[in-house]
Amino acid sequence: MTQFRVCPTTGLKVDPQADALIKANAVVATVTLLIGGIAAIGVLLTRWQAVHLLPADWFYRLLTVHGMNMLIFFILFFEMAVLYFASAVLLNSRVAAPKVGWAAFALMVLGTAIIEWTMFTGQADVLFTSYVPLRATPWYYLGVILFAVGALVVTILFFATLVVAKREKTYQGSLPLVTFGAATAAIIAVITLGHGAAIYIPTFFWSLGMMNVDAEVYRLVWWGLGHSSQQINVAAMVSVWYLLGALTIGSVVINEKISRTAFVLYVLFISMASAHHLLVDPGFGPAWKVWNTSYAMYLAVLASMIHGFTVPAGIELGQRLRGYTKGMFDWLRRAPWGDPGFSALIFSIIIFGFVGGITGVTFGTEQINIIAHNTLRVPGHFHATVVGGTALAFMGVTYYVIPLIFRKKIAFYALAKIQPYLFAVGMLIFSTAMTFAGTFGVPRRHWDITFSQAPFDLQFSPTVDLVMGIMGIGGLIAATGGGIYIVVTVWSMFFGKPLEEARV
Amino acid sequence: MNSGIESPKGIWWKPAHRNEKIWVAIAFAWCMVLFAMMPFWHLRGGQNPSGIRSKVEPQAYRARTQEFIRAYQVGTESGIPVVEPPAGSDVYVMAMMWSWQPVLRLRKGAQYTLHLSSLDLNHGFSLAPVNLNFQILPGYDYALRVTPTEAGDFRIICNEFCGIGHHLMLGRVIVLDDQTASAPGPTGVGGTP
Repeated sequence: MTQFRVCPTTGLKVDPQADALIKANAVVATVTLLIGGIAAIGVLLTRWQAVHLLPADWFYRLLTVHGMNMLIFFILFFEMAVLYFASAVLLNSRVAAPKVGWAAFALMVLGTAIIEWTMFTGQADVLFTSYVPLRATPWYYLGVILFAVGALVVTILFFATLVVAKREKTYQGSLPLVTFGAATAAIIAVITLGHGAAIYIPTFFWSLGMMNVDAEVYRLVWWGLGHSSQQINVAAMVSVWYLLGALTIGSVVINEKISRTAFVLYVLFISMASAHHLLVDPGFGPAWKVWNTSYAMYLAVLASMIHGFTVPAGIELGQRLRGYTKGMFDWLRRAPWGDPGFSALIFSIIIFGFVGGITGVTFGTEQINIIAHNTLRVPGHFHATVVGGTALAFMGVTYYVIPLIFRKKIAFYALAKIQPYLFAVGMLIFSTAMTFAGTFGVPRRHWDITFSQAPFDLQFSPTVDLVMGIMGIGGLIAATGGGIYIVVTVWSMFFGKPLEEARV
Repeated sequence: MNSGIESPKGIWWKPAHRNEKIWVAIAFAWCMVLFAMMPFWHLRGGQNPSGIRSKVEPQAYRARTQEFIRAYQVGTESGIPVVEPPAGSDVYVMAMMWSWQPVLRLRKGAQYTLHLSSLDLNHGFSLAPVNLNFQILPGYDYALRVTPTEAGDFRIICNEFCGIGHHLMLGRVIVLDDQTASAPGPTGVGGTP
């Protein structure tokens, strides 16, 4: 029999195995965030042309390290923790098979270690996308496969835990909305990891010289992994929005039907967004492009627009139910702005929706893509979605995971309070400046936009220098916010003051 | 009402509040407008990425481009052949680590079919300073119908990572005004982008 502990804050029964799995995944997530963050500073200070820190080889190497650590390791390890939390913890259930969970964790850590080793030793300078026929050592592809298998096993374990909870009647009624949202993220994860297997296994054999992989087929299938993995983030992030709303101010779900239908729209349509990357590719016709890049008539955009209404409305209603009923905006003014969970939630909604979402949807059209493809507008867009949106929401929820799961008090709370503000403002400046530079045609993933050694000369408008400088400053502010997050969370996890607990 | 972390009890499939219904209706209508604009602009817009697309072996594409260079070469610049094809012709540019070949001299207002392909890795065709971007792949011939609308000295940036010399990969396109017989001189003259 599983020995549960009772959470004194929420009254939920928690399986210690769930606790341990969440802790392990969260710790590795933080370590990879640190590696990716250090790489980020190197990349940033090189693109900031006035500083131009790194030589070309280390720039592309650290850009690979930055992409893999942030977009794959940090985000996915964190999402594994979210899956355990949304299934076992929120449903008062045991983890269906903790040993399988540990085996999967070991696979993911092994895959991560192999990839880090190949990247840092210069055997995989292929950037996050590793477009065939650009070649890395076979170990790199093997590492990705091991990592993906591990993540797939955790996803299946999540579904198994839902079945166990249902069968053992650990909760009454339907799944909570947050768990429902996490389940849609898990379904998208299965789609994503299927694409990953379909492309990395052939690519692994290609790297051994055993078969051919077509460059366009690679891009088509790879983006089914590369972009769909960001759609796992969207679904997970929106679930975390509902979670943070509930934890910070007791916000309510206005209508379960509407919110759940919106999540189902994600499952059905959002994976089509990977076609956005192929809008100016030679391999596809206009009908294919229009249908796919519009997510079949923008029905996934509809889903985000619904959540963009229901989450803030739920916050408002929650506040009003707590007595903040005066006037139109009393609920907002008297919200807990000093709670890093709450401020992170609000900034995440704003940056994801207004900066990341709008840029993403507009780039996904044939004509605008011609002027945006592979320019700095693209990283400008996804730093607003994945960093200002997803990572910030995940940071916010960490300030609750540490007391609830690690049973530790948040250390340096004064620093924690300002962390989301620094990070959000920095990221906003950074993303906007990057987007602006991109409109001048400044390429992404480029070591030297002065083209000092090229056969011809090329000078961008002087505005570009200014904007790249602003980008550098915004990036440094965001990196400071990220650094504070790591210091606060690591210190709290390992040296924080313990909170007492009860056992049953 | 319950929060997002509590199980809703009983039947939760209930009619939405009026405000929610209005918002969903506005959002849905907006999505349909966005969707209608896509085929509309494809038909009415002057600039689409479709082009003429076919598969081609890199060696075959190299041979085709070299034949094109032999036919219309007028000079050499930085070791790269300079080519002035007649109006209305098929123009071939090959991308390779780490150069764009040949340098093109085109006429303002004339129509060309611009073929782009790679001999090795993925490359990115980015025309500066007008900022037009296309993905170039080995094995695929991407032919775009282009009509230069302004004279000047343009650059082709590679904006897809293609190895350690990626930042060296810069090509050149010169567009001559039909009125002026004299061509812009070498690099840098004729308006730096």
